[in-house]
Amino acid sequence: MRKVVRGFYSVAYAVKLCKPNIICAYPITPQTEIVENLALMYANGELENCKYITAESEFAAASILVGASAAGARTFTATCSQGLILMSEVLFNAAGMRLPIVIVNTNRALSAPLSIWNDLQDSMALRDAGIIQVYVENNQEAHDMVPQAYKIAEDKRVRLPFMICMDGYKLTHAYEPVDLLDQNVVDSFLPPYSPEVYLTTKKPVAFGCYAPPHIYMEFRVAMQRAMERAKEIMEKVFADWAEVSGRNWGGHLEVVYPDSKNFVIAMGSIVGLLRKVVEELRNEGISVGLVKLRTFRPFPVQELRKSLENAEKIIVIDRSVSFGYEGNLSIELKSALYGMSPEVISFILGLGGRDVPKDFLKELVKNAILGKEKSGFKGFKEFEEVIP
Amino acid sequence: MKIRLNIGAISEPLQSEQFKTGDWGTEWSFVDREKCTACRVCEQFCPDGCIEVKEIEGKEVAVVDHNYCKGCGVCASVCRYGAIKMELKELFKVDVC
Repeated sequence: MRKVVRGFYSVAYAVKLCKPNIICAYPITPQTEIVENLALMYANGELENCKYITAESEFAAASILVGASAAGARTFTATCSQGLILMSEVLFNAAGMRLPIVIVNTNRALSAPLSIWNDLQDSMALRDAGIIQVYVENNQEAHDMVPQAYKIAEDKRVRLPFMICMDGYKLTHAYEPVDLLDQNVVDSFLPPYSPEVYLTTKKPVAFGCYAPPHIYMEFRVAMQRAMERAKEIMEKVFADWAEVSGRNWGGHLEVVYPDSKNFVIAMGSIVGLLRKVVEELRNEGISVGLVKLRTFRPFPVQELRKSLENAEKIIVIDRSVSFGYEGNLSIELKSALYGMSPEVISFILGLGGRDVPKDFLKELVKNAILGKEKSGFKGFKEFEEVIP
Repeated sequence: MKIRLNIGAISEPLQSEQFKTGDWGTEWSFVDREKCTACRVCEQFCPDGCIEVKEIEGKEVAVVDHNYCKGCGVCASVCRYGAIKMELKELFKVDVC
């Protein structure tokens, strides 16, 4: 059913089709309309075997979902920015307890200064939580990722929380044509969640128990192995999805013009703009390709090394920064390509919703390829620091 | 031999009995059986549940299980009869210069 909908509706509708048992959230811009739509569906009786719980904070929302997930419920929440980092204490626990909670993070800048606008700083802060992170380019991909997220997260060999990262406003509030899935398609793809062990009075257990030094490390090794297995399982699920839905989003990466000498790599909605930039530059006779990184955790090291083995120059588009070092994706990419010798130029731009016009981006990429542009922050006004 | 690891650190009931926490603290509590009235306040307040009122030589008194007592001192501070005191373990009775 092809409709013109906004990003948050495409997510809410997909969540409904996945038949969650517990939805729990706290409102935060630009995520709110996702759970508002779900609350409306719940109030209208469209969600069977489901309870919608309003929490008093994101910390509470995540905590309620940990309990619900441990009790065997399929769970959903959406958040971003301050909400996500308020959840973080709980989410690290959820990962350690191996609970397959699905979170949609509508990427938004972190305070201070207060900003409700888009960049990727929030989800980057949770890089090491043990949560699978996938970044989507458009609202159809966000819609399609929801059933895939449940299937991957709930796989017995994985059992980790799954975070779908979609750009706040740029996707959430954008109207796009989205082919809304049929219930039958989702039902045939996603079996009901039925964990072997869950909280029940019939067979009492406790989750995430105390582990002294003689046993703690083994649990962390197990999480790393689960992430490594997830990498393979995700490829399989992505391929199955292409068959079931007829839409192939690629694997952990999508590589456009793989035989190019130069590459641009980015995550999220800015990839859409880069497609156009790459087309225009190629029309000018510049050999440039595009790598869309979909999966950020687990990080697809081998896939990146293979796709970029003949690259002479790689331009990384970062929309977040590790203060005191550089753009987060740039750090990860350089580490993944260790031992290879392409030139890597990293641009940090678009922070806190700063507009990134196509021609600006095109000039940056072009000049980088021509050796006329250095790494660093781009698209900001020079300033003098003053204490008022 | 490989150990068995419960994914998600999922534990069955009473597993914590295997963790003897009695060597954690520097002190542990002792009950003066003469002063103890078996009021059970310490039994209620012990965060580790390691105080139990038992009958000893015909009298009900609070008994501390030193296999689990972490030496927090809550029992000594809630005892209304001054019957519980914290004592430094022999191990820590050292001169510090």
